[in-house]
Amino acid sequence: MERIIDSQLDVLRDKLLLLGGTTEKAVHNSMKSLVERDNDLAHKVIKDDKIINKMELEIDQLSIEILALQQPAAYDLRFVISVAKITPVLERIADHAANIAEAAIVLNNEPEVRNYVDFPKMAEIAGEMLQSALDAFTSEDADLSREIIKRDREIDKIYNKVFGELIEMMIDNPETTTGAAHLLFVAKHLERIGDYVKDICELNVYLTEAAFIKHKKLKKVKSKK
Amino acid sequence: MGSKISISKLDFFYGTNQALFDVNLEIPEREVMAFIGPSGCGKSTFLRTLNRMNDTIPIAKVSGNVLIDGKDIYAPKTDVVALRRKVGMVFQKSNPFPKSIYENVAYGIRINRMHANKSDLDERVEKALKDSALWGEVKDRLNTSAFGLSGGQQQRLCIARALAVQPEVILMDEPASALDPIATQKIEELVVELKKDYTIAIVTHNMQQAARVSDKTAFFMLGKLIEVNPTQVMFTNPEDKLTEDYITGRFG
Repeated sequence: MERIIDSQLDVLRDKLLLLGGTTEKAVHNSMKSLVERDNDLAHKVIKDDKIINKMELEIDQLSIEILALQQPAAYDLRFVISVAKITPVLERIADHAANIAEAAIVLNNEPEVRNYVDFPKMAEIAGEMLQSALDAFTSEDADLSREIIKRDREIDKIYNKVFGELIEMMIDNPETTTGAAHLLFVAKHLERIGDYVKDICELNVYLTEAAFIKHKKLKKVKSKK
Repeated sequence: MGSKISISKLDFFYGTNQALFDVNLEIPEREVMAFIGPSGCGKSTFLRTLNRMNDTIPIAKVSGNVLIDGKDIYAPKTDVVALRRKVGMVFQKSNPFPKSIYENVAYGIRINRMHANKSDLDERVEKALKDSALWGEVKDRLNTSAFGLSGGQQQRLCIARALAVQPEVILMDEPASALDPIATQKIEELVVELKKDYTIAIVTHNMQQAARVSDKTAFFMLGKLIEVNPTQVMFTNPEDKLTEDYITGRFG
């Protein structure tokens, strides 16, 4: 016989994955709106952020209800806690996507200041990390989560490179300062998204192994298996 | 804390029916240990081996060791009456004597001749009623019948009766299962308070109660001790799949 809590946990999982998918799309579209200079798409990303906020509230509400009424324990408890903690992280990632879209609208009205080669790469890695993190959540794969955490370094590396290049550009061509400054923010948003995906992966490990790996150096964090 | 009770290789039989299989367990001093498990898993039987309450069942047979303070309570020369004074018990259904509130508590003190005189007896009764958090509610009606008390009060009276003979260990078998939430909360608060002075073993079907009051939880199934761990581990990350399945209600 199915437990009463099972159907509620299924709903919670579905809602989280829907939020995750919507967030992924927001990140993808925000970068697309920048690279393809598509203002309409940028406006859509900003508008859709409200839908994401609403999803967050729904998940919060359901998590609280399950905690109060079903009093979950063990895996069930860790599942609800993980979902409740992953949800605001996704919402923040979506906020960054909306911020990138806002920057895109400004940049699209300026002459193109730079060939955006490194940005799509950063966004691609961030998008892949986010997608894999949600896969790892679904498949409860702690090892995959640990691998994704390592990938954040790739984003950080590109961020540092981009940062240096943009500063140089501003010094060499002061007329590019406005555009370059906005691009600096875009780079920072992408770098932060990578950090947030790390948080999700840490919660995946908590869900699967009941281990807190947050604030620990990765090399010290060994798999239970 | 050291172990107050050490159980090793404990088997228990009702006739040819084995109810406990090779139980090995350490119960630390001045802590609360909760016993959980499905009905018929042997947790109450196990609890009753700790003060030889099962001796009253003619077909019962026990083997293995139960040491309290290092002494084997099943050794032939054990004074069972003294053992049960040291290891008090509170049952699911409150069972006050058909006497006054005062006499219920004074009874054990009297038959054990623990008091020096009447005023000493009064003091002991008052202390036991205070320790069971009942004094304030009954001090003006000590000579009225214990049956006039509410269910929760009767249960606390039974705890006072157990405390009056100065036990070291208190066994509780579903002490709050027949009580409303407020009376249950009082019993639970009392359990937490009492562990400062006593070692407590509590059998409960209410998992949240085990989670709230105990330091360690032991899970029994089909007469076997499956897992014992600190309560926060049991309820957040149990080691054994069977424990996980039980506390998340996957079977029952």
